[in-house]
Amino acid sequence: MSTPTRTGTSVSMTVNGEQVDRHVDPRRTLSDFLRRDCGATGVHLGCEHGVCGACTVLLDGRTARSCCTLAVQAQGADITTVEGMADGAELHPLQEAFWKHHGLQCGFCTPGILLTVQELLADNPDPSDEEIREGISGNICRCTGYQFIVDAVRDAAAVLRGEKATEAE
Amino acid sequence: MAERFPSSEPVSGDSRQGDYRHSRVVGASVPRREDPRLLAGRGRFVDDIALPGMLHAQFVRSSEAFAEIVSVDLSEVRAVPGVVAAYAAADLDLRDITALLDRPAHEFVPTAMPVLARDTVRYVGEPIAIVVATDPYAAEDGVEAAVVEYAPREPVVSDLGALAEGAPLVHPEAPRNTLVDVSLFATEGIDALFEAAHTVVEVHTKTGRQNALPLETRGVVADWDDRDEQLRVQTCTQVPHQVRTVLAACVGLAEKQVRVTVPDMGGGFGQKCVVGREEIVAAAAALRLRRPVKWIEDRRDALTAAFLAREQRYAVRAAFSETGEILALDADVVCDMGAYSCYPFTAGIEPLMASAEMPSVYTVPAYRVRGRAVTTNKAPTAPYRGVSRPQYVMVMERVMEKAARALGLDPLEVRRRNLITVFPYTGVNAITYDPGSYRESLDLCEQTLRDEGWFDRRSDGVIGIGFACFSERTGYGSGAFAQRRMQVVPGFDLSEIRMDLDGTVSVTTGTLSHGQSHETTMAQIVADRLGIPYDRVKIVQGDTDRITYGWGSFASRSITIGGSAVAAASVKLGDQLREIAAHLLGGDPAAAVLEDGGVRLEDGRLSFPEIADVAYLRSHLLPKGVGPGLAATASFDVAGDGTFSNATHGVVVELDPGTGGVEILRYVCVEDCGVAIHPQVVEGQARGGIAQGIAGALFEVVRYDDAGQPLAPSFMEYKVPTAAEIPDVRIEHLETPCAFTENGAKGAGEGGTIGAPAAVLNAINDALRHTGVELDDTPIPREAIFRALEAS
Repeated sequence: MSTPTRTGTSVSMTVNGEQVDRHVDPRRTLSDFLRRDCGATGVHLGCEHGVCGACTVLLDGRTARSCCTLAVQAQGADITTVEGMADGAELHPLQEAFWKHHGLQCGFCTPGILLTVQELLADNPDPSDEEIREGISGNICRCTGYQFIVDAVRDAAAVLRGEKATEAE
Repeated sequence: MAERFPSSEPVSGDSRQGDYRHSRVVGASVPRREDPRLLAGRGRFVDDIALPGMLHAQFVRSSEAFAEIVSVDLSEVRAVPGVVAAYAAADLDLRDITALLDRPAHEFVPTAMPVLARDTVRYVGEPIAIVVATDPYAAEDGVEAAVVEYAPREPVVSDLGALAEGAPLVHPEAPRNTLVDVSLFATEGIDALFEAAHTVVEVHTKTGRQNALPLETRGVVADWDDRDEQLRVQTCTQVPHQVRTVLAACVGLAEKQVRVTVPDMGGGFGQKCVVGREEIVAAAAALRLRRPVKWIEDRRDALTAAFLAREQRYAVRAAFSETGEILALDADVVCDMGAYSCYPFTAGIEPLMASAEMPSVYTVPAYRVRGRAVTTNKAPTAPYRGVSRPQYVMVMERVMEKAARALGLDPLEVRRRNLITVFPYTGVNAITYDPGSYRESLDLCEQTLRDEGWFDRRSDGVIGIGFACFSERTGYGSGAFAQRRMQVVPGFDLSEIRMDLDGTVSVTTGTLSHGQSHETTMAQIVADRLGIPYDRVKIVQGDTDRITYGWGSFASRSITIGGSAVAAASVKLGDQLREIAAHLLGGDPAAAVLEDGGVRLEDGRLSFPEIADVAYLRSHLLPKGVGPGLAATASFDVAGDGTFSNATHGVVVELDPGTGGVEILRYVCVEDCGVAIHPQVVEGQARGGIAQGIAGALFEVVRYDDAGQPLAPSFMEYKVPTAAEIPDVRIEHLETPCAFTENGAKGAGEGGTIGAPAAVLNAINDALRHTGVELDDTPIPREAIFRALEAS
């Protein structure tokens, strides 16, 4: 749907394991690129100035605010969005934990928080509650009051460490 | 006294509940049906919708707080590459939005809100023109090319400024900038009570303007469908039918020519329970262009130009006996409602709520109140979670604290002497309170904090403990709204239920879930009534073509009223199933039992698919007088004053003398919302509400400068608390079932937000007790805490 433009430029990247080659405006944000050119509408836009964290994606394995990144800056990158977390119909243990612990209400902030937590647990597989709170303090959730999110992260960490079976209720 | 029983025990207002077995899904925290799609990023929010040939809209908005529009020049806009159209008010000719109260002229001044500003702009951010382009980036380019010439006027930027002698008039028809001015109750002899009283305490408080701040901003996709001859509007709203009515009137279509549907929605909290101007304009543009138009509000507009809330000023006196009994309450409430009345609630929403309900959970024998809504050159306001109750509860809880101090009594003891304990209780405010656990919740909250050892840790200047006792009126039926004298009277809910051939059920609700879990909880209610698993029930919501009429979700009405309508429809469908089964098997329908997906009679059992097979495919076998199909309709309303949830919050804070900072060390919430359909969801509502209440107490405020420019246009200035600021909350449940909702449930959506500001404020004042300083405004300025501690 983008306006044809003479200033367009080519970008290539991998999005959830699929190679994507497109021609885009240089000013097109990565979030718009993912949502509108790649169909990854799980990337949500809550503020478009890098504070709320809803647009968080993994860029070469590290979290990035896709609203404050241009698509052209992600040239050659490997991008994971929330759509890339589940294994087919099988939810990721982190997603299962959020389901079990009511870690989401409206679900709008959830994709960004899931990816933030994925990075957090990769860096620190056994975080304290305080470390979890610190780890997600760059993401705004307006619904939950955060406690059930912290519960979910603690539980998911135990599952991912292999200390506990996934409980898909 | 509160009745207590295990929440697994089903409760129903339906007298026939003993006729069939409940599967007891109500009361269980079953897995939410909403979650798999939302967790996988497969929810469908309004910005996820893309239609062929869709255009994108943005708005030219006022840069002035108060000005005459001299000219709007959109010629440069139309020349911007990608821009397809640009319309100002004169181009679209849309009817104004006007919300009305049935009150005399001295109590209410009706004002019109033009859909696009015509001659006058009344706040920074007011929409003046819509720009429609092939791409959102081009639409923003177009907005920048607009040239608007203003003749600025002196703006009115505060409530006191609005009321001042000789103040400029925001609306010329509203003298003293007053849209609502009611004086209520005025118990005879109240002045004498004050004169004779042992002690009179005063509370003067001002609460900050806040943004309800759903994380998903507002947005709409509209297109004209030639086949259905309909304007299809997919929009972020809590009130789809009201949007349909206003939109149809504004653009001049019949109601049946407008279909409003609501996709997944990223929160609302009240901001989306009024009709927005932008959704009307975007739809009008789609109608004009015969092309789909999408508008997604950006965060700056959401922070400055969306509906705000909560800016109120109270001057309150309360008379007490020597032993701490409240004798009289005299209040003056001024609400700064901003530039326009919202539809359908009007600018009366806040002052009328505060005036009617301020006596709160206390036996106030004499009461007088004046409630006013003033109009200012700020973004208009809408109901926001709690609506005035966070403020008047804060006032009443400060009243109790100040009385205790003045009388040398324990503040919890003063509360106990005044709490309503005999129910039903009809107050001086003419409201009847149904049974609750006011006293019990305070006792348990205090005991919990004592048992945890917090009372031993209280210390001057460092650690303080604060409480808030309150109720939350929920299930506002048409009776309660009619008392407000709204011309449009919300209240009832209507449900249509249908069983299909395979025994699955779909049921409509006029309520609308946007985070509250109704796809799960409403299904639980149906499951119990019919004896089927809850995942065999589909909830149909948010569609004006599929739902006859609905009032949407606000005011904690969904489970109380919507859930009751769903239950009543289920019972009717159950009756049909039993009648058909009894006819086919031989037997008495009254003895038939719905269970395990079928009907059991003495002489056998028929599954729902077997009954549906007859109802639809072999209708010649149906009993005489029973028509084909399996469907029923029921409605529910609350004739009286609604049902009151209640809670006590207890908070422990630690002050930082170096910065004036506040850390919440402990938060205990003892809540009673009657029968919890899904206890985990109730806890989620409470915790989320408490986070928003803490936000109002400590962090969030929309300020304006003297020129009326909003000073918090981004999340860098508008401080939304994160996981680092919001504490864990211990929740204890009490259960006083509601006698007249079908499930014994009371509403649970707003309580957390209502109690938190008062409890936090009281805790801070407790820690400051030795300084003699009392802080009564929110958000509580860190600087004031710092100075109080420094001076001591």
